[in-house]
Amino acid sequence: MMLNDLLNRTSEWLKGEGPLSDIVISSRLRLARNIEKLPFPHWASKEKEEEILNIILDATKILDQFKDALFLKLDELDSVDKQFLVERHLMSHEFALRSSHKGLVLTSDEVVSLMINEEDHIRLQVMQSGFNLDGAWKIIDEIDTVLSKKLNFAYMPDLGFLTACPTNAGTGMRGSVMLHLPALVMTKQINRILAAVAKLSFNVRGLYGEGTQASGNFFQISNQVSLGHAEDDIIENIKSVIRQIADQEAAARANLMGSHQQMLNDRIFRAFGILENARIISSNETIELLSMVRLGLDVGLIKDIDKKLVNDLFIFTQPAHLQKMSSKKLTPTERDAIRASLIRKKLLNK
Amino acid sequence: MLCDICNQNEATVHLTEIVNEQVTELHLCEQCAQQKSMQMEQQFGLSDLLAGLADSDKLIAAPEKITAKCLNCNLTYKDFKKIGRLGCSECYVYFKKYLTPLLKRIHGSNIHAGKTPQKSALVTKVKKKALSVFELKEKLQQAIASEEFEQAATIRDQIRELEKKQKNGTKDEEGCE
Repeated sequence: MMLNDLLNRTSEWLKGEGPLSDIVISSRLRLARNIEKLPFPHWASKEKEEEILNIILDATKILDQFKDALFLKLDELDSVDKQFLVERHLMSHEFALRSSHKGLVLTSDEVVSLMINEEDHIRLQVMQSGFNLDGAWKIIDEIDTVLSKKLNFAYMPDLGFLTACPTNAGTGMRGSVMLHLPALVMTKQINRILAAVAKLSFNVRGLYGEGTQASGNFFQISNQVSLGHAEDDIIENIKSVIRQIADQEAAARANLMGSHQQMLNDRIFRAFGILENARIISSNETIELLSMVRLGLDVGLIKDIDKKLVNDLFIFTQPAHLQKMSSKKLTPTERDAIRASLIRKKLLNK
Repeated sequence: MLCDICNQNEATVHLTEIVNEQVTELHLCEQCAQQKSMQMEQQFGLSDLLAGLADSDKLIAAPEKITAKCLNCNLTYKDFKKIGRLGCSECYVYFKKYLTPLLKRIHGSNIHAGKTPQKSALVTKVKKKALSVFELKEKLQQAIASEEFEQAATIRDQIRELEKKQKNGTKDEEGCE
């Protein structure tokens, strides 16, 4: 598989399939693992970091799960390629910024990705569309178990898996679920709900994880605590919080459809109208408007568009995707024009 | 729209800052946005937060006097406080007495309850058995207290059998090593 092959595909996190997929976009689990006694990436010399990279690459290459995976060294990628992988949620933004002696292993279906020498030696991630943390756990648990036979993972019986930052110690697990909550935003209930969620030791983040602002009504919710609870307890906790938020969103949508349908219809079709006609459009505005169109599809006010088309537009209108499709670097202004024309073409050929 | 900082380039990054419920919006060009984000990172980071948490521990009288150092990777506890990251897995051994209360503060617990890696799986197997003997003994006490002697006898037999198995099991495992 080649990196460019991904360009023709919808990534796992925006497939729009799976349980509760009208509200829950995707479910993701990640495990942080380190090799015993070897310095953590930030504290390692360049030589040591390269050694760690090779040890882990060698261990992963013989895994059945990575039979047709892509093995990448980050310093061999250009900045557009790296941004492209971040946009597909296959690696973190911070990881893309510091790229020497770092590696990425990626299965061809984009379900599993493994970052080498991020904050920890290994950051293993499994992504599933819809509300499916259990499915993600099954996959990640199996790979982690096989890896733990090949590599000496840093572990203490009382403290669990040892990580560079103490906030990840224990299970090393972080589960995060991406939600689309336009009705809670529109009915101004979102702040109250997110504040309650934060009190329960959950983090709320934007579309691209740490430090990003929520845009287009997308919110990422993840557990803060990784020590003191078993993995399945942590997963159950996240599930119960997500279920409650999803119920609230469903109720808010029903309410809008009941007593404010005309207003809702207007907002959705105005968004649609701009997307069909704009000549210059930023990625932020695109996400905001696509969010409304998606809501229109989910509540049945828009019927004659394929949901997959909308999901594809979320991905392909992002800056690095546009640049890869045009096979050249583009200035932000050029991107805005190309983005607008791509959207028009896709929507009018529907 | 022009960039709010340099007033020269087209603003392509739109930043909303919320400080004390005051919302300010900034429209920046790519270069100024990058500088701004670097400034923000320098202002306050996770390492400051962690260091603060470690400092606020009453068990540690004078944190600046801690001279602990990890003999595997040479990171000092002071380094940890500065960068908010440990240097290697052995740091958890060398700094254990400082880290245990810190972990408790972060997670509400400092006892791992999750998965065990394959290479030390034998350890937990034995532990699990010991736990169930313990549980059975508790059950036995309850049965005796409520005068269900027949049930108590069954539980007692279960405990004996399990303990016998465990002894053999431990021997086998010792033999392997």
